Amino acid sequence: MTQTRRIPGTAIAAHAVLITYTIIALFPVFVILINSFKTRRAIFRDPLGLPTEETFSLIGYQTVFKQGDFFLYFQNSMIVTVVSLTLILLFGAMAAFALAEYRFKGNTPMGLYLALGIMIPIRIGTVAILEMMVSTGLVNTLVALILVYTAQGLPLAVFILSEFMKGVSDDLKNAGRIDGLSEYKIFFRLVLPLVRPAMATVAVFNMIPIWNDLWFPLILAPAEEVKTLTLGSQVFIGQFVTDWNAVLSALSMAILPVMVLYVIFSRQLIRGITSGAVK
Amino acid sequence: MTALKLENVNKFFGSVHVLKDINLTVEDGEFVVFVGPSGCGKSTLLRVIAGLEDASSGTVTIGDDVVNTVPPAKRGIAMVFQSYALYPHLTVKDNMGLGLKQEGQPRAVVEERVSKASKMLDLEEYATRRPAELSGGQRQRVAIGRAIVRDPKLFLFDEPLSNLDAALRMNTRVEIAELHRTLSASMIYVTHDQIEAMTLADKIVVLRDGRVEQVGTPMELYNNPANRFVASFLGSPSMNFLERSVPDVPDGQTIGIRPEHLRLAQSGRISGMVTHVERLGGDTNLLVNTDQGETVTVRLFGQDPTEVGDVVRLEFAEDNAFYFNEAQERIFEAAA
Repeated sequence: MTQTRRIPGTAIAAHAVLITYTIIALFPVFVILINSFKTRRAIFRDPLGLPTEETFSLIGYQTVFKQGDFFLYFQNSMIVTVVSLTLILLFGAMAAFALAEYRFKGNTPMGLYLALGIMIPIRIGTVAILEMMVSTGLVNTLVALILVYTAQGLPLAVFILSEFMKGVSDDLKNAGRIDGLSEYKIFFRLVLPLVRPAMATVAVFNMIPIWNDLWFPLILAPAEEVKTLTLGSQVFIGQFVTDWNAVLSALSMAILPVMVLYVIFSRQLIRGITSGAVK
Repeated sequence: MTALKLENVNKFFGSVHVLKDINLTVEDGEFVVFVGPSGCGKSTLLRVIAGLEDASSGTVTIGDDVVNTVPPAKRGIAMVFQSYALYPHLTVKDNMGLGLKQEGQPRAVVEERVSKASKMLDLEEYATRRPAELSGGQRQRVAIGRAIVRDPKLFLFDEPLSNLDAALRMNTRVEIAELHRTLSASMIYVTHDQIEAMTLADKIVVLRDGRVEQVGTPMELYNNPANRFVASFLGSPSMNFLERSVPDVPDGQTIGIRPEHLRLAQSGRISGMVTHVERLGGDTNLLVNTDQGETVTVRLFGQDPTEVGDVVRLEFAEDNAFYFNEAQERIFEAAA
């Protein structure tokens, strides 16, 4: 933006740091990708080499598609992640709006109570959660996972979003009230669009752990028809023999949907920042 | 008929007493300005009138209806905010029309009123723009348009000019005054700027610490302030308050003289040395340090040759002097 302040040396240094970081961060992904297209022998002989004509093989992908219902796992993971994120954003934003906007008795204790979840990991309650799911008959359903992930994501969502909502101009909300908008309309039409960058942040923060989680699918929903992708990939990792081709292929494919979701959210994030605010 | 009546209005935020027993009437078509330093409760009072805050006790009557429990949209008011508060995702036209749409007015009525208001405010060519594409002055006009369109019983302005630069502020001030004449609507205007208060108001309400200090026309308040606070708040440069420099002022009393009522005179009662001169062309302001160590501002009309370091004597007419006691109240029987 400010041309005058841009000194060439600083720009080069900044880019050097960023490029170095990008290379380091992308290196494991790159290794997984190239190895997923190689024969088993080539993976072990030359892990960093690119697939050549001799070593190129799609055996991993073939195994993945043959064994187990990969598309079903994929679909399960997608449903769980998307629904959980939607619920986290919706309820998190609603709770945050109430905490930020209304003066009521116990506002502060309520905020602290909701933030407590950030400090206490939900896995501590696994046994109790399992018992609850058994008694409500939700074991081996995607609903069980969605409920748990929503609960897991809400504290951070409420915490981040309420800070942002306090920053939304009071005048704007009051103008809406004078124009006769209901509190719901003020929330959905005026406030939510303005906190979009924060929503995108919360979504990105929550998306990866949910997509990658192995713990809760293993405990709450291990049945074949509700397996998530991470759990499904575990069939290739044995105690004694691991089918690396298949594991690497499954992992490569698991990256795709997360990338798509990330692109969607990050575009929202940028649009949120650049859209015209109050003044 | 009265447009607004406040009776014994109190407001507490927790244990903080923000508005203390406010009683006030606004007549139909009157332009009333609430003025006071920041934190005096003037904006809170406006928000209580608008229904954005509930009064802790007392009654608020708009027109003929007690509106204590009526939501803001149904009070027959419209409000213009300091930060414009336009809806960022709506065009100028939709910003202005939203209130009417919410009331369930037919589309033709909305269109007609919006285009009338746009014409009045010279906004026609911007009808399809979004707030982000407008300048500050245009945004404030849209905000005013949004208020006009609703045809309210009472207009509320919350420091509408504070975000504008000086030249624009002057223009918009004139526009608001003209608007008041054209619409002959009742208006309440909150500001901390005494010039806006003096130039716009039919009636000024001076507030301090949540209490009404004095109510009156601008000239009543200027010529006849009830206490030292009101005297010092209105008028620019503000009034001089002297305890020692004028002979014959009884102990414990303070004499207040406006800068424009002091003049240079050979036999003046106040003597001192000029420490600073501001030449404004039309006026000359002198800062004088008196022999008793108090600072006096003198406003001379026209241009004056006085230089820094000159020793001067100042005189004033007794009619123009105000006396205040230790409690800062006005004493009407001066220095007996």
